[in-house]
Amino acid sequence: MEKLISILFIYILVDNFVLQRFFGICPFLGVSRKMETAMGMGMAVVFVITLSTLVTWLVHYYILVPLGLEFLQLVTFILVIAGLVQLVETFLRKTSPTLYQGLGIYLPLITTNCAVLAVALLAVRQDFSLLESVVFGIAASLGFWMALVIMSGIRERLDLAKVPASLQGTAITLITAGILSLAFMGFRGMLSF
Amino acid sequence: MQILFAVIALGGVGAFFGLLLGLAARFFAVPTDSRIEAIREALPGANCGACAYAGCNQYAEAIIEERAPLNGCIPGGAMTAEAIAAIMGEEVDAVEPVVAAVFCRGDQRHARDLFTYHGILDCDYAQQFHGGFKACPDGCLGLGNCVRACPFEAISMGPRGLPLVDQSACTGCGLCAEACPRDIIRLVPQGDQGHLVWCSSQQRGKTVTRSCEVGCTGCRACVRACPQEAISMEGYLAVIDLQKCDDCGLCVEKCRFGSILPRRESAAPAAAESEAASA
Repeated sequence: MEKLISILFIYILVDNFVLQRFFGICPFLGVSRKMETAMGMGMAVVFVITLSTLVTWLVHYYILVPLGLEFLQLVTFILVIAGLVQLVETFLRKTSPTLYQGLGIYLPLITTNCAVLAVALLAVRQDFSLLESVVFGIAASLGFWMALVIMSGIRERLDLAKVPASLQGTAITLITAGILSLAFMGFRGMLSF
Repeated sequence: MQILFAVIALGGVGAFFGLLLGLAARFFAVPTDSRIEAIREALPGANCGACAYAGCNQYAEAIIEERAPLNGCIPGGAMTAEAIAAIMGEEVDAVEPVVAAVFCRGDQRHARDLFTYHGILDCDYAQQFHGGFKACPDGCLGLGNCVRACPFEAISMGPRGLPLVDQSACTGCGLCAEACPRDIIRLVPQGDQGHLVWCSSQQRGKTVTRSCEVGCTGCRACVRACPQEAISMEGYLAVIDLQKCDDCGLCVEKCRFGSILPRRESAAPAAAESEAASA
């Protein structure tokens, strides 16, 4: 139990996937323009990462390990994640149109998000149990969501600020992301398991 | 031997998901009307919301469910309405094309400022700061919220801080009118026929003359002069009915303040002044 809680906090704050490990930078910069889209994307990411970590863990320990095929990890995980996301999308469209509208375009976008794959790979590499893997997935995706929301909040304010001409647009966004990452370095070494 | 396992395992997983997806596609199929796709193709795709729906997609769905009128797309105009009618197999009334017009001529030369504004360059913010920096409470602030709101790049900021509408690019979606905190922009029928009072001021005459050289004071000289009785008063503001106006120009001669101009010339003074300023 103690380990689960420390996993939760470590991967939300200390070892944030976006700000400390630099996974999923593309959606972090791409959909953080507005708070609304950031919330949608964050929700979809939590959903997909948790589910895919669960399934890839099962695939790894019940298919790949017994057959001695650990080297196929990467390819299999990509396949599983892509198939899973597509399946979930089809399922949601029929059963819950509201949720489907909410997650909308973000679901297919996440299929190729490296953070999703990274969580699946790291869960196996760190010898997590099934429960630990799922908690790890939830924590990593919550951290991603938090980073996205913080970033969009800052960017909404930046839109109204007087930014020097040479720094407008992408430049100031990257600088902001860098400073945000530096700020999160303050959590370094506060927790470990 | 191991390579055989690898092929079988990966192929197996792939086939499993393929099968699952195939089954899911069959069992969870949502029947969609192919006409939605066709209507969406026919719409301009700017998602401007002039039809009162969130975007072109929602409007297309609303048409299929027979809730929305076929000619609801204002930017698309008659052509889009006909295209949609063809898809739906119905007849349709044409939409009257409208364009946006800026009802203020109080540019930096003609209108007085109360104070110098150094805040955020946004009309909404300027408006909240002591009710705006212009002496006239209905004058254009010129910070360009309308320019930014236009999805068709039909509005540009003129040389003296008044927005200029490009009639050929304007689709009449009305987003600029919504974006304006002072409601200076209104939609008028397309074309350059008729005269208009280019002012939105609801102030008494004395207040207007103190704050702006070209504002309508509500003196009623034009109302009395108009042989067509096309001009009426709305509070302290003269308003010209374009349906009755026959372009005689008597009101222009009577107006001491220059608030009334024929529509075909309304954009010209600004252009002429910018040339004069650069020369």
